[in-house]
Amino acid sequence: MVAKKGGNRGGEDAEEELKREPLQAILLADSFATKFRPITLERPKVLLPLVNVPMIDYTLAWLESAGVEEVFVFCCAHSKQVMDYLKNSKWFAQPNFAVSTIESHNSISAGDALRLIYERHVISGDFILVTGDTVSNMPLTQALKEHKERRRKDNNAVMTIVIKQSKPSSITNQSRLGTEELFMAIDPDKKQLLYYEDKADDHKGTISLDKALLMDNASISLHNDKQDCYIDICSPEVLSLFTDNFDYQHLRRHFVKGLLLDDIMGYKIFTHEIHSSYAARIDNYRSYDTISKDIIQRWTYPLVPDVQFFGNCATKLERRGMYRASEVGLSRSAQIGPFTVIGNGTSIGSNTEISDSVVGEDCVIGSNVSIEGCYIWNNVTVEDGCKLKHAIVCDGVIMKSGAVLEPGAVLSFKVVVGQQFIVPAYSKVSLLQQPVKQDSDEELEYADNSSGIIGIPSISSIPEKLNDQFSTKLSDSQRRAGSEVGDGGVGFIWSLGEGGHEEEWRHSVAPIPADRLVEIIKTATDALEISNQDGNFLPPSGELEPDSVDNDSDEDARDDYSYFEKEVEATFLRAVHENVKEDHIILEVNSLRLSYNLTSTDCAGALFYSMMKLASDTPHDTPGELVKNVATVITKWKKLLKDYLTSIDEEIEVILKFEEMCLESTKEYTPLFVQVLHLLYNEDVIQEKSILDWASEKEEAEESDKLFLKQAEKFIQWLNEASEEED
Amino acid sequence: MEPARGMDFQVVVLAGGFSKSLVPLVSKEVPKALLPVANRPVLSYVLNLLEQNNVTDLIVVVEGETAALSASSWISKTYIDRLHVEVAAVPEDVGTAGALRAIDHRLTAKDILVVSGDLVCDVPPGAVAAAHRRHDAVVTALLCSAPVSGPSDSGSSGAKDKAKKPGRYNIIALDPTKQFLLHIAAGAEVEKDIRVQKSILRAVSQMEIRSDLMDAHMYAFKRSVLQDVLNQKETFQSLRRDVLPYLVRSQLRSELMSNGVQSDENGNSKDAMQNSKILPSQLLANESTPSFHELYALGPDGSASITRKTHKCCVYIANKSNYCARLNSIQAFSDINRDVVGVANHLSGYSFSAQNNIIHPSAVLGSKTTVGPQCVLGDGSQMGDKCSVKKSVIGRHCRIGSNVKVVSSVIMDHVTIGDGCSIQGSVICSNVQLQERVILKDCQVGAGFVVTAGSEYKAESLAKKERP
Repeated sequence: MVAKKGGNRGGEDAEEELKREPLQAILLADSFATKFRPITLERPKVLLPLVNVPMIDYTLAWLESAGVEEVFVFCCAHSKQVMDYLKNSKWFAQPNFAVSTIESHNSISAGDALRLIYERHVISGDFILVTGDTVSNMPLTQALKEHKERRRKDNNAVMTIVIKQSKPSSITNQSRLGTEELFMAIDPDKKQLLYYEDKADDHKGTISLDKALLMDNASISLHNDKQDCYIDICSPEVLSLFTDNFDYQHLRRHFVKGLLLDDIMGYKIFTHEIHSSYAARIDNYRSYDTISKDIIQRWTYPLVPDVQFFGNCATKLERRGMYRASEVGLSRSAQIGPFTVIGNGTSIGSNTEISDSVVGEDCVIGSNVSIEGCYIWNNVTVEDGCKLKHAIVCDGVIMKSGAVLEPGAVLSFKVVVGQQFIVPAYSKVSLLQQPVKQDSDEELEYADNSSGIIGIPSISSIPEKLNDQFSTKLSDSQRRAGSEVGDGGVGFIWSLGEGGHEEEWRHSVAPIPADRLVEIIKTATDALEISNQDGNFLPPSGELEPDSVDNDSDEDARDDYSYFEKEVEATFLRAVHENVKEDHIILEVNSLRLSYNLTSTDCAGALFYSMMKLASDTPHDTPGELVKNVATVITKWKKLLKDYLTSIDEEIEVILKFEEMCLESTKEYTPLFVQVLHLLYNEDVIQEKSILDWASEKEEAEESDKLFLKQAEKFIQWLNEASEEED
Repeated sequence: MEPARGMDFQVVVLAGGFSKSLVPLVSKEVPKALLPVANRPVLSYVLNLLEQNNVTDLIVVVEGETAALSASSWISKTYIDRLHVEVAAVPEDVGTAGALRAIDHRLTAKDILVVSGDLVCDVPPGAVAAAHRRHDAVVTALLCSAPVSGPSDSGSSGAKDKAKKPGRYNIIALDPTKQFLLHIAAGAEVEKDIRVQKSILRAVSQMEIRSDLMDAHMYAFKRSVLQDVLNQKETFQSLRRDVLPYLVRSQLRSELMSNGVQSDENGNSKDAMQNSKILPSQLLANESTPSFHELYALGPDGSASITRKTHKCCVYIANKSNYCARLNSIQAFSDINRDVVGVANHLSGYSFSAQNNIIHPSAVLGSKTTVGPQCVLGDGSQMGDKCSVKKSVIGRHCRIGSNVKVVSSVIMDHVTIGDGCSIQGSVICSNVQLQERVILKDCQVGAGFVVTAGSEYKAESLAKKERP
């Protein structure tokens, strides 16, 4: 399929380039999320079996087949387990495929990981960035070629993200992969990504696109039907960008959005859409379920159970999508339904029915058991008469006779469910107690739903300790936990997260209940109704009720700005008192600017404000001394200020800011307006043109607003005459 | 094909009145509709277009009594025995929606075709009507590519450095099949952000936002819907700015047809519930694939658990080779005059000479006077010796002296031009007198004005003081 006959010279060059540098990939073996808890408290997500094979093997097998030559596996949570697994696997022994690990104990986000990798100086050219929970069979050649060609023309094209058409329904994202709906704007010709909204920030009924986007692009495609595969082709700059912007944590929410909003550096992100190949990321239990089914239904070929792509066991594909390993003890009366995988060494009792499920190795399934849509890992014992529906059952679990798992249940490692006990829907059971909220202060900082941390040392060390002390501790916890999961059971039922049931069903392996489905769609409609109601009164133009929406955001913006101003002031004062270097202040102010989403004009205004405030706060008796203070401060810091005065606009902003100060906050300056203006002019902070532009702008203002213009009349006249003489 | 009449369309031409943006070209005597394009009132282009498409009955709405009178007398003189035109006068500044509200009682057909009187185009209105009927839309708008201002034309002169300002055109969102209108806003009126409704995007799953299309102001409306909106939304003034965006915005949450007016039209009264039940079979009967509106109305998985009312807003996008422009600014006036004798000369209705120009047989040219290609010289006009005319339109009964240069300009009727004048990129209205050696560049001279000898103007608007 991937016929790449480098017809033109450009193509050949690109291929040559490809050959020169080994193709590298970064595989993040930590999702920096908590969606697979409680399972991930004991085993890292990338080692969880997906159709009886650890997820990371899918990712590595794909990278190898796609021509990647060097992979850096970044391990953080349970790093020892990941490294041990890789050591014992065959991955370290592949020809032309070098796998090495990078370990960290304190990274809490993808951003931290990339900053650490940057410091190691291991990446030499364009690289593939994926997480260890990616299942794909896409060829990379075409995407890489496009990326490199764009790079050669435009050095700012730093990243290409892979997207895929998802099924054409308004709620596909939620019903299929359990992820938030995604809105993207893409230039249809250049494939440049112009807008990205993966999480409805607030439940606004509209998407706001900057009108300026249409200046450069005659046409923009807006998509709600694409899926982000989280496979990125990056240039080395991506790593340094993460280092420069130390507040970037999340790949999409911070990095992608940061670059899209930042029009100063002009970095660009492009998309590559795949059509016939498969790519998806296991983000939560729902996508675990969906992708498992895709694998069983062979969408991911050649990564399917009966093809040995890595030490997995010989499995035979039988009729109706049923896979059976070579040694399965199957009772004659057991019924194995379609799309089911049975692992090696598993025995199944009589009259047991299994359908749409995956059963691991060495499991013992009793008689009269019904298993539907479940994922049963290794060494699980299911006694007679159990009923399991849409559940995940981890290694070593024992279900005593007659126990029932309702849809959405998750049993973590070695849990024992007592006789006849019914595990309620969506409940999660673990031998470990649910961490109390205070245990992880840091988590709160990033715990907005998807980017919590597993990697904090206290937790990641638990499993090791657990293994050591398991024998002694077990009886203890057995006694305490016994009552929670029935007679003779062992395990704690975790209380549900903040969202309670509300959120659980979204990410569960169980299908979305019909009433929820209706609800999702209704919310989509409701959002529209809210936005429309105000629109009905008097839409002044083709726009949606700018008034009603803008009022809020305007106020927010003002609030934001005053916070921003305070923070800039604090930063500046710290710089003054602690003698911080200018470069560092610039870096800090820039990061403030990004986090408040303001422009460099705002920075200029805020910095100038801080300086003038400093001058007026410095003790003085007479206005003359105040002017002296101003002169001292400005002379000392003008270099810093100049850094933000890149154009006339910013300089005018400074004058306007000063006017505002004179009128409102610092009336002391009122009589000194012209003197200070003159000073700024003499110090080359402000050019003559800015002053003249400001003056002409003010010319049209109301009389009351011309106070300072009149004060400065003579100065402006002098400037005018001076410029005329020059002519 | 016999489009408009056979399909029970009523045609309304909104001819405007005394348009402020066209001062000093317009005056009490010459309302916007009668401004000359290649020596013919601009309104004649729309009327001829309709006539060619077999429309014989139409209503022309003019703002202001005086303007209505002059338009009416011109129409009855010109189109006698050809068209049956009713001229309706409405108060000034009521807006396009207001104008239709004022003639509400005259609207009776199932669908209404509303055309702006300042439109100069060659897109058959039948095509718009057909698209409208095909989708059973509530509104169908004609969209054109940005006007062809003759870049293909080798000799066309400057004055086109205005280039592409996105503010000039509309911001329009279409579905991938380019049949449905999902969002519309005037580029100039969007402050900073384009706000697109997520619910519409969800329903259609992909939309294309473009800034290279122009709303040509030719709309087909479902009459009952139009009347409902005009009556219910009393504050709506403009079709383009209020009515159309409103219909587009509410297409998935229709508030229309609630009072059953629409069902009467179809002869079969069906309420909303029945309506949704009939839909699947209707779809099979009418269209091969249902549009996103129907799918949305059906709810998820085709289950009619939630019933929604939707309506369709369609577009007809004119072919790139079609000419389409609106005379709504002075720049547009010059452009259209240039184009109608240039790149779009099939619209002029004249047959051009071998030199690609039109010189009326009764016009008199002095010796060594040249009239270049893409020029028109009206009947009874006289020119002195050694004159040169390039890419310009000169009206009737003008008296032009010797050594006069006219380049890329429009000169209306009864203009007197003295010896040695030079006129470039300008518009000279009727009865103007230019004395000797006047030099004008990019100017507009209002009717009856006198420019004194030897004066020189650049980019100015000259007109008599308005008498109270």
